[in-house]
Amino acid sequence: MNKRPWAFVLGGLLVALLLAGVVSNYASSHPDGLDSSLLKGCTVDADHNITGGSCPAQQAKDHELADSPLADYGVRGIDNAFLSTGLSGVLGVLLTFAVGAGAFWLLRRRGAAATAGGGATTDAATTAGAGTAGATPDAASAAGGPATRS
Amino acid sequence: METLAMHISNGIINGPVAAVFAALALAALTLCVLRGRRDLDDRLAPMAGLVAAFIFAVQMLNFPIFTAGVSGHLLGGALAALLVGPWVGALCVAVVLVVQALVFGDGGVAMLGLNITNMALLGTAAAYLLIALLLRVLPRTPAGLAVTAFVSSVLSVLVAAQGFVVQYWLGGTADLGGNLVGLAGTMAGAHLLIGIGEGLITATTVVTVAKVRPDLVYALRGLRPAAAPAVPAVGGVR
Repeated sequence: MNKRPWAFVLGGLLVALLLAGVVSNYASSHPDGLDSSLLKGCTVDADHNITGGSCPAQQAKDHELADSPLADYGVRGIDNAFLSTGLSGVLGVLLTFAVGAGAFWLLRRRGAAATAGGGATTDAATTAGAGTAGATPDAASAAGGPATRS
Repeated sequence: METLAMHISNGIINGPVAAVFAALALAALTLCVLRGRRDLDDRLAPMAGLVAAFIFAVQMLNFPIFTAGVSGHLLGGALAALLVGPWVGALCVAVVLVVQALVFGDGGVAMLGLNITNMALLGTAAAYLLIALLLRVLPRTPAGLAVTAFVSSVLSVLVAAQGFVVQYWLGGTADLGGNLVGLAGTMAGAHLLIGIGEGLITATTVVTVAKVRPDLVYALRGLRPAAAPAVPAVGGVR
């Protein structure tokens, strides 16, 4: 029962890479449930650009990081749409796994004496909580620090 | 240029309301870290990383929902709650949303608290409450697990969608002319169909994992297969 999960995780990761790297190109390009609800009241052209009317979506502003090299699930500089979407998906899966597995690995309980009490744990966890919403690496190592020594 | 935005974009909800939800989300995620650490061991940690990566992948796969020109995608709350539990599950979805906002330009960075509240917190919490209930009353079979996954997915998507409606009521930037009910109805209709799609994906995934490695499904832990004494075991002999 206590088999290690690594083989399964590797297999699952391969499935995720296939989905994000290849299948993603066959995804529907229509606006999703949220976007279409916000477009109600407006008319749109074939590319989903607003052509008239009045609707909540008109208030939308540019994304802070619209210049990101991976913005809008494409890789800047790659003109082939299939490659661009697929590669961005592959990078996204790997990045999400690295951030997620890395943070969770550092946060995990270690051995039986893992429940270290007191302020150190709370501080570390709080920092890690902030890390989830922002700078992960340093916050995660801050969280890992005290637990390692406990 | 086609832009692919799947989450709340900048400008849709006003700054103060977005900031309040950012603080709320941060507090709730901190609680998730504190409670989730009890679940996170050497086996759950890599599994949680996989769940986050898998949700990222499947969120890219917008599927048509059979109403003209509208698509939907997995949110992932129910899947995460089933596979790694509610606390770590909410963190998994939050990791996905953070990566999407900071790297893929999807969902405004200023709107991150709103998106995390709806999809990571509300969606996962609603799903888990229903999962905990259904796994107690439904039979311990793949069909029972599939029904649990399907129904909890539908509920979690509907709850997440209405979370947005509440946020829009508090700080929506366009004047709906008092027609918030209209927005709630449109959101509910579209997300009922999206929830059905999410339910099918979640049920398929969880039943597959339960078949390959039942010990890696958090929701099946601590549930004794012989909880109901009258169920005849296949083969009859233990």
